[in-house]
Amino acid sequence: MKHKVPLSGNSAVAYAVKAMDVDVVSAYPITPQTTIVEKIAEFVANGELDAKVIHVESEHSALSAAVGASATGARIFTASSSQGIALMYEIMFIASSMRLPIVMTIATRALSAPINIWNDHSDFMAVSDTGWVMMMAENNQEAHDDVVLAYRIAEDPRVLLPVATALDGFFMTHTIEPIEVISREEGLEFAPKKKTWYTLDPDNPVTMGALGDPNWYFEFKKQQYEALKNSRTVFDEAVKEFEKKFGRSYGPVEYFGNEDAEVVLVAMGHVSGNIKAFIEKTSAGNVGLLRVKLYRPFPEDLIVKHLENAEIVGVIDRALVPGSPYGGPLYSDVIVTLSKNNLSKKVVDFIAGLGGRPVTLGHIKNIVEKLEELKLKPQKDLPKEPLFVGVRE
Amino acid sequence: MSKSLPSWRELPIGAVILQPGSTVRYKTHEWRTLRPVINQDKCIRCRLCWAYCPEGTILELDKPYTTKAGKVYNITYEVNYDYCKGCGVCAYECPVKAIEMVPEVR
Repeated sequence: MKHKVPLSGNSAVAYAVKAMDVDVVSAYPITPQTTIVEKIAEFVANGELDAKVIHVESEHSALSAAVGASATGARIFTASSSQGIALMYEIMFIASSMRLPIVMTIATRALSAPINIWNDHSDFMAVSDTGWVMMMAENNQEAHDDVVLAYRIAEDPRVLLPVATALDGFFMTHTIEPIEVISREEGLEFAPKKKTWYTLDPDNPVTMGALGDPNWYFEFKKQQYEALKNSRTVFDEAVKEFEKKFGRSYGPVEYFGNEDAEVVLVAMGHVSGNIKAFIEKTSAGNVGLLRVKLYRPFPEDLIVKHLENAEIVGVIDRALVPGSPYGGPLYSDVIVTLSKNNLSKKVVDFIAGLGGRPVTLGHIKNIVEKLEELKLKPQKDLPKEPLFVGVRE
Repeated sequence: MSKSLPSWRELPIGAVILQPGSTVRYKTHEWRTLRPVINQDKCIRCRLCWAYCPEGTILELDKPYTTKAGKVYNITYEVNYDYCKGCGVCAYECPVKAIEMVPEVR
């Protein structure tokens, strides 16, 4: 077995950036992301990584600089959280529409107000419609590996889209776990640096970011839609080869527990670890977990495959969309996927752990008990609104 | 029109334009609702319209012109109607009101 080193989630991400021999890093500090770029700056200062670190005046500029640098053909990294992601929103559409293979790590954190530096998925979910490939890790090793996977996927000529990897703020970013660190040699063998996209070159001048009037714009949106959809094939190939090379296996989703469990929970991020612990501790053979790793493109086929035999499904959403007919964004994706495939399934949405409130084994026990109770009721008697887990009434 | 334009499959990825100078093919006159018409007899060849035009669509031509009053000019100012967007800056700045903005009728 390979040597492991104890690393925080953020350090694990920074080591992956080093392994990818990134050329330009532009970022603005924000908790809980800051220590990712701090660590990278340290690598650059020590001469361990030959990269240009651009200190910008805002996250809007951080991603703008990333767009410009990526347009020259350089390998780019940036990272942010919460309000920083919100400030990048405008440029996130531009990065994906210009088809630039930027990689960004989101250290997930709640959005203000009230000001809250702690973890939930509000920032991640708020940018899920910006045309990026998006994935979320469950532990620090996966957060490390995701960055390496991200470059391989982003720069594939069949994709050429920015990729966002995510890890839960504090629960992962500032928690130390043993990590098998991927070396520069291994990393570059897995994701070699190649200019697969149009770049700015004085000898072959091109125009980027030009006007696309009503005669042109629509075609580029269709092109972009297809690229994001097709990135799934590239993701599947990448994780397969990753497993061969590094021995760690990932998929767009991960199923844990009995395949024929009647109660299946759907979750993302570190909370999945607690659900797994609950299933193991209680030997709950009747409970399964479907963890969604690849969020965009949404792995519809696997959602159907793992949920079609469930009696009842509980979705744990760590973000909230007030006023929507669904409540939580993950619930919405699950419901639409099942409905498209003519599966009439009992699905209940649980809003949990907003603003860093821990989702404990006790909460999971309550959720499972609620689902066992609702399982016996007819579909029409299911709650029409999401259930708030652990909120004070 | 869309029949003759390429499909989404044929276009360069990311809306990159591979031919430099392609903007010339974009005839911005389609935006125009008012057309500047220069009265060559009133015009005193001061060059202000040429200087103010934000699109460079006032042409200074080596074309002699004799006014009705008998004044001879060696140059003539004309408008490049392919690219003039009809903003009216020329008419506004003309010190002798020699440029009239005439509604486009198509």
